[in-house]
Amino acid sequence: MSAETQLKRTPLYESHHRLGARLVEFGGWEMPVQYDGILAEHNAVRADCGVFDISHMGEVRVSGPRAQMFLNHLLTNDLAKLAVGQGQYNLMCNERGGTVDDLYAYRIGDDEYLLIINASRIEADVPHIRHVAQVFLSDPFEAELQIENCSDYSGAIAVQGPRSAAVMEALLPGIASEVKRNRIVWRSLAGENALVARTGYTGEDGFELVMPAEAMAAVWELLLKQGAKPCGLGARDTLRTEMCYPLYGHELDEETSAIEAGLGKFVALGKPAFVGKEHLQRQSLSGTSKTLVAFRMNGRSAPPRPHYPLVVGGEAVGEVTSGTQSPSLGVGIGMGYVPPICATGGQVLEVEIRGKRFPAEIVAKPIYRKNG
Amino acid sequence: MNVPTDLKYTESHEWVKLSKNNEIATIGLTDFAQEELTDIVYLDLPKVGDEIEATTECAVVESVKAASDIYAPLSGKVIEVNQAVLDDPALVNEDAFGKGWLFKIKLADPAELEELLSDSDYEEILSEKERPDDDEDEEK
Repeated sequence: MSAETQLKRTPLYESHHRLGARLVEFGGWEMPVQYDGILAEHNAVRADCGVFDISHMGEVRVSGPRAQMFLNHLLTNDLAKLAVGQGQYNLMCNERGGTVDDLYAYRIGDDEYLLIINASRIEADVPHIRHVAQVFLSDPFEAELQIENCSDYSGAIAVQGPRSAAVMEALLPGIASEVKRNRIVWRSLAGENALVARTGYTGEDGFELVMPAEAMAAVWELLLKQGAKPCGLGARDTLRTEMCYPLYGHELDEETSAIEAGLGKFVALGKPAFVGKEHLQRQSLSGTSKTLVAFRMNGRSAPPRPHYPLVVGGEAVGEVTSGTQSPSLGVGIGMGYVPPICATGGQVLEVEIRGKRFPAEIVAKPIYRKNG
Repeated sequence: MNVPTDLKYTESHEWVKLSKNNEIATIGLTDFAQEELTDIVYLDLPKVGDEIEATTECAVVESVKAASDIYAPLSGKVIEVNQAVLDDPALVNEDAFGKGWLFKIKLADPAELEELLSDSDYEEILSEKERPDDDEDEEK
């Protein structure tokens, strides 16, 4: 690697090395893809508790008297529904209805919001947010709206799995009963102010902790001491694929809309104009040319991978956007875009793997359900 | 790292076990390879009767994360494929030099044996692999 493309390192870099992590490039960061192995880490999250370094995620703080009005124009969900201490999933669209990013918005004060954005999109999102602000509010708007990119000095850890509430109770007594799903509170962790949210990307109960970089190593060690298993991006990917959670760059991009991705319930078409609304409204009324489906392989095959063709009736109708061997189900699974006419549950399709076609079938989302 | 002395090796991390008369070669992936791949979930192996050619791709091994090519260490005709490892690919992770063998070929050209690595040559390659990580740090 040349010096010009030096990857960013998280505050836990030393710890990852010590734990024997295999590090890979992800969104400009040097991130652990696995420690022990993806299967063991995946199973720890489904059955016990795993911890993930998610410091690569970006954080943007939006505050000021016009913050809510502005965010309601910028994002698809209805921010007016958020009380202080609540969070919600959102999409951020371009004028064509395509997706600039998918993100979590938390209301952390009366006039203060925190957006958790994808690492790979920080450089696209921040100028987009500022541009929309300039168009929406007359310049100069700084007195009424502040937009601060805190990505470089914030770290984050996800604590995920059925035992994560017990693990977090050991660090912060009372936290599990106090912070319900999609809620967020300020707490002191390792002597620093941290945000504790009851959210995640695995389909299990869990918490996401956002804190200053200086607190990261100490909090990580406390979590490991509770027996939480360090997990890498590999397990994060298999877990979210089983749940059919989209990953930006796979299921979502600037040419793909929330409606096509099956995320219509996060689009509040009833609210006043927002960026991309006209397109999403039209798609929602008159349909789309492609729609995201989940599938599972029928029988043994190589794991489906991104860009493998999806075949219906002998014809390629789309391609895989995410695919893997499902550690929970022991079979190949994935998602991909197909014409809506092919998108019914039970529809038989084939996945073309190295020139050979293997049978699969469209299934309801999520692919994995906790109780069968 | 486990490198049995009675086997021959390739730079692409396959091992070869030769029959007494050097007519039949059993082929597998080394312990180093399985550890690098981790969690092997599927194998695409050649079929009995297939002709394979030395140094070309002849099979694919799939871990949860990625698909990787396996290169033929020698040319020849496939005479047996390990059904147990097709049914349970994790055998390669558990016992790379034993139950995790992949297939056997009848050698087409014994002269190719000269191209294979001895156990000590292969160990040297593995020890060189440990260095790049340190070099990277110096660029900081």
